[in-house]
Formats: sequence, structure tokens, C-alpha cells
Amino acid sequence: MYAVNFLLLGAVMFSIGVFGVIARRNAVMVLMSIELILNAVNVNLIAFALMNGSAEGHVFALYVIAVAAAEVGVGLAMVLMIYRNRRSIALDELSAMKG
Amino acid sequence: MSPLLAADVNVAQNVAFYIIAAPMVYGALRVVTTRNVVHGALWLVVVLGGVAAQYVLAAAEFVAVSQVMVYIGAVMVLFLFGIMLTRATIGADTDLNNKGWGIGIPVALLLLGTLAFVIIDEFGSTVIDEPAAPMPTTAISDIYLREGLVPFIALSFVLLAAAIGAIVLARKD
Repeated sequence: MYAVNFLLLGAVMFSIGVFGVIARRNAVMVLMSIELILNAVNVNLIAFALMNGSAEGHVFALYVIAVAAAEVGVGLAMVLMIYRNRRSIALDELSAMKG
Repeated sequence: MSPLLAADVNVAQNVAFYIIAAPMVYGALRVVTTRNVVHGALWLVVVLGGVAAQYVLAAAEFVAVSQVMVYIGAVMVLFLFGIMLTRATIGADTDLNNKGWGIGIPVALLLLGTLAFVIIDEFGSTVIDEPAAPMPTTAISDIYLREGLVPFIALSFVLLAAAIGAIVLARKD
């Protein structure tokens, strides 16, 4: 098994997620792109754990999974509140704090 | 000699990796390009399931099961609820992208090029040894209950705060 397999897969997923965060206008789609980025990081952590034969990478991946779950819960609650107040979740319309 | 035929590389494992990775990359591209939000969420399920399969291939069974339960079980249900609660119509949408969405393409390609260069430069010839057995769950729990105990408790508080915060934010009052 080549190390570059997992690492390049992680890099591709990370780049696609970054594109989604930049390009998407819908807040829920941006949250999905962030999930792509977090999963790319997890793939790398598991690959390095396999490379070193240690369990620390698995522990870190589980931490990331838990933090991602918390992030999605709070993020979607914020999106729901924004939708309730403004009837829209388009991110370029949220310009009240723009300088 | 072709690198795929090197003696210390498990060919079946490599083939399985590519079979799983191809739909993952296609699904990830569909997540960020589809015009239908619900289809985007379902393509994300393909990507997350592929990640779980890659974990099994990398001898990380416990993380794979956690991935399936937390992401495909819980997070995707949250996403689908979020989509249903914030959209009047379920169907194709024409204004899902920003006006300047094209800027994302060179940014992503530049990022991918940099990452790929560094990875190939550093790990281009690294071959991972065949794992003798999957990582035992006892090894993971040993770390959680010894040196990882303080972050583990902190993470419990993060989850508690997130649950309370989500309830407070989404409550109608």
C-alpha cells in the first residue's frame, strides 16, 4: 500500500471542499463542503496512524468526528435562526456587518 | 519494473483503494457542483461511506464504525432536516453559487498542486507495511483513558455546550 494513495485522496477532497466553501451561496451547501474538508483531514490522520502503527491517529480522528458533529449541530441551528429572521440563507445577503 | 508490481506492495489492496476512491472523488465533485441541494446531501453520503470503506482498508475498524454511525446516521439526518426546514421548494435551484464562484477554481487547483507536490516529494516512495491485524479497540481506549483523558472530558463539555447552544438558538420564543 502506497502512502501517497491516502494522502493524495485527502488532498483532492480538501481542495474540492475549499472550492465548495468559496463558490457556494447556500449556507447548508457551505456546511457540507466543510464536512468534506474535515473528512479529508481524517483520512490523512488514519493514513499516518497506519504508517506509524500507532493508535494516536485513530484517537485524533475520533476527536475530529465529535467536533464535526457539534459544529454541524450549532451551524444548522444558526442557519435555521437566520432563515426564520430573513426568509433566506444566501450568504451574500448577510451583509449587515460589512465594512 | 512498474511500481504496482513491486514485491512489497499488496496489489489487491491498491485496486480496492482505487475502486473506492473513484466514486468518492466523483461524489465530492457532485456535492460542490450540483444544482439540487437534496442531491448534494445524497452525494455527500456516497463520499462519507467511501471514507468509512477506506478506514476499513486502513485497518481502522472502530473509526469506520464511528464514521458510519455519526456521519451517515446522525449528521446526514441533520443536513436533510436543515434543507427541508430552510427551503420552500425541493428541486433544481439556479442561484446556489456566488457571483464570483469562478475564483474558487484557480484557488482549489493551486492548493491541490501545492499539496500534491509536497506529498509526492516527501512520501513518493513510501510503502506502508501490511498491517498484521486491525488496530485493537483496547489500544484506542487505553489512550482515551490515560493521556487523552483531559481532552476527552473537554470534548464532552464541547458536545454538551453545542447541544444546549443548538437548542437555545433554534427555539422559538
